[in-house]
Amino acid sequence: MLKVFLQKMTHLIPTLVGVSILAFVLPRMVPGDPVMLLLGERGADPKVYQEMQAALGLDQPMYKQYFTFMKSAVTGDMGNSIISKRTVTSEFFDRFPATLELGMAALAFAFTVGIPFGIFAAVRRNSFWDYLLMGGSLLGYSMPIFWWGLILILVFSVSLGWTPVSGRMSVMYDIESWTGFMLIDTLQSSVIKEEGFAPFISAVKHMFLPAIAMGTIPLAVMARMTRSSMLEVLGEDYIRTAKAKGASPYIVVWHHALRNALIPIVTVAGLMFGSIITGAILTETIFSWPGIGKWLVASINARDYPVIQGGVLFIATMIVVINAVVDVIYIWVNPKLRS
Amino acid sequence: MSVYREHGLFYEFWRQFKKNKGALFGMSLIVVFVILAIAAPFFAPHNPSQLFADYLRLPPAWIEAGNSTYPLGTDDVGRDILSRLIHGARISMSIGLSVVFLAMSVGTVLGLFAGYYGGWIDKIVMRITDIIMALPSILLAIVVVSVLGPGLRNAVIAVAIVAIPSFTRIVRASVLAEKEKEYVQASRSLGASSLRTMFKEVLPNCMAPLIVQATLGFSDGILNAAALGFLGLGAQPPTPEWGIMLADSRAFIESSPWMVTLPGLCILVVVLGFNLFGDGLRDALDPRLKGRG
Repeated sequence: MLKVFLQKMTHLIPTLVGVSILAFVLPRMVPGDPVMLLLGERGADPKVYQEMQAALGLDQPMYKQYFTFMKSAVTGDMGNSIISKRTVTSEFFDRFPATLELGMAALAFAFTVGIPFGIFAAVRRNSFWDYLLMGGSLLGYSMPIFWWGLILILVFSVSLGWTPVSGRMSVMYDIESWTGFMLIDTLQSSVIKEEGFAPFISAVKHMFLPAIAMGTIPLAVMARMTRSSMLEVLGEDYIRTAKAKGASPYIVVWHHALRNALIPIVTVAGLMFGSIITGAILTETIFSWPGIGKWLVASINARDYPVIQGGVLFIATMIVVINAVVDVIYIWVNPKLRS
Repeated sequence: MSVYREHGLFYEFWRQFKKNKGALFGMSLIVVFVILAIAAPFFAPHNPSQLFADYLRLPPAWIEAGNSTYPLGTDDVGRDILSRLIHGARISMSIGLSVVFLAMSVGTVLGLFAGYYGGWIDKIVMRITDIIMALPSILLAIVVVSVLGPGLRNAVIAVAIVAIPSFTRIVRASVLAEKEKEYVQASRSLGASSLRTMFKEVLPNCMAPLIVQATLGFSDGILNAAALGFLGLGAQPPTPEWGIMLADSRAFIESSPWMVTLPGLCILVVVLGFNLFGDGLRDALDPRLKGRG
């Protein structure tokens, strides 16, 4: 198993090198001179300009710049943001918990609703419910989430007044960051002693709409995957045997069938990480959620290219590594694939 | 005469396809929007850019304050929303068509070469697709647009680049399966060049999955381009593109919700149409894949 894992990881290296080149080259092709951007109005003096260029290493040839970038990147140093002057790494990890928390909430929503939907549709194959659920999931799959987010705001915030429109936390509370996960931080004993459960409830309310918006497409994918995976398993001989032995339909579906049907579902779940980041970019922009999606969009608009290249490299590395881990887990949970 | 040829391939396909009510529904949605797109000036009651200064943010006709001259109401500068949506169909359909055309031509050629020749060509091509696929599509599209500069044409290029790998992979996989078959060897032993064998013999046999992918590419392309428009990186105002119409209407979400609802609904319906149609095509063209998520 360890060997398979190491093999997968070494296989990733060329991909990661490619991604790093992409992350390095693309922002440098963005029109506009970063030195001028930094110097602003004072940029007219050629001497100051040259000093600045040298300080940033931008007077070096491209390949040297790339090696310098990679040398620091492997130690986790991605340079500093042009706008905030802070390191890209600390900026990233300040925001990442917010995205991770939202992503986990979205996936939790997708699984708890999507998997039962899929099972139900499979068990009632070709019934009205099957058509309704599968039609609904195709609708969810086709959803432009930037619009879906606005519609959710329209219904739940504007019309019903149940949830806040944007942000992660009511400005009334000042929650000290402990884990970076608002739902956990608001349950710290010090917070509960001072404010009770109101901050926690506020955090839940803030998370409600963005989690639904972000979770809708994964939900649709889960429901469709679960259905087809269940249908395949329900046709197997051992299910017929279980039924013949007199096992109740409930036991057959939940105990015998689901266990094997879950194998491909687990894989899809792992591979959804990429789509969660895609969802984060749009969802966070709509709901002003202070995560990496909103941060990246803002940085691209501001031509803050250390942030763009660092952020892109972080995200791509994460997705590639997670996909590889999912591959290994897939082999691990599926004994047929173990050699 | 073989019995299978009695009705022709298309008949066989249609017989399978028309059983799927969802796919037929999807196809009719597409047909409606294609007709609207082609004859947009004919169907649109007004010029999409004309400002009716006396009718700002007029609600749709069925709401009490509405006016039947502007059936779906007007926007914040007094433009007729229905006319803008109809012209928007034209833009979205052209976006979908251009994205699929660009991505499919590049992706198919890459996939053919990678699959047919194998070796280092295959390694390089697949590595590049791995790299592109390592990045979330919308993130890569945003970065590419910021390199090329915002605008409809550049947004189309960005969205097409992001879509290339899926075509490459599908074509490569089919080529790998077809390559070993006897008709390919026959073509070669008759002295056909590699290029001829690839494009004349192998490619036509890879068409089924390619057509399905093209249909689904339409929905992805339209969705991603609208997202770029929404983020201000795609088509620029006053183009009546659905994504921009949505972005522009955000400020009026409380007072004029129809401005938000309608453009998004159009995106949803078109994307749904292509997804339904694509699912039906896949089931009819390649029964082995039936029911896959």
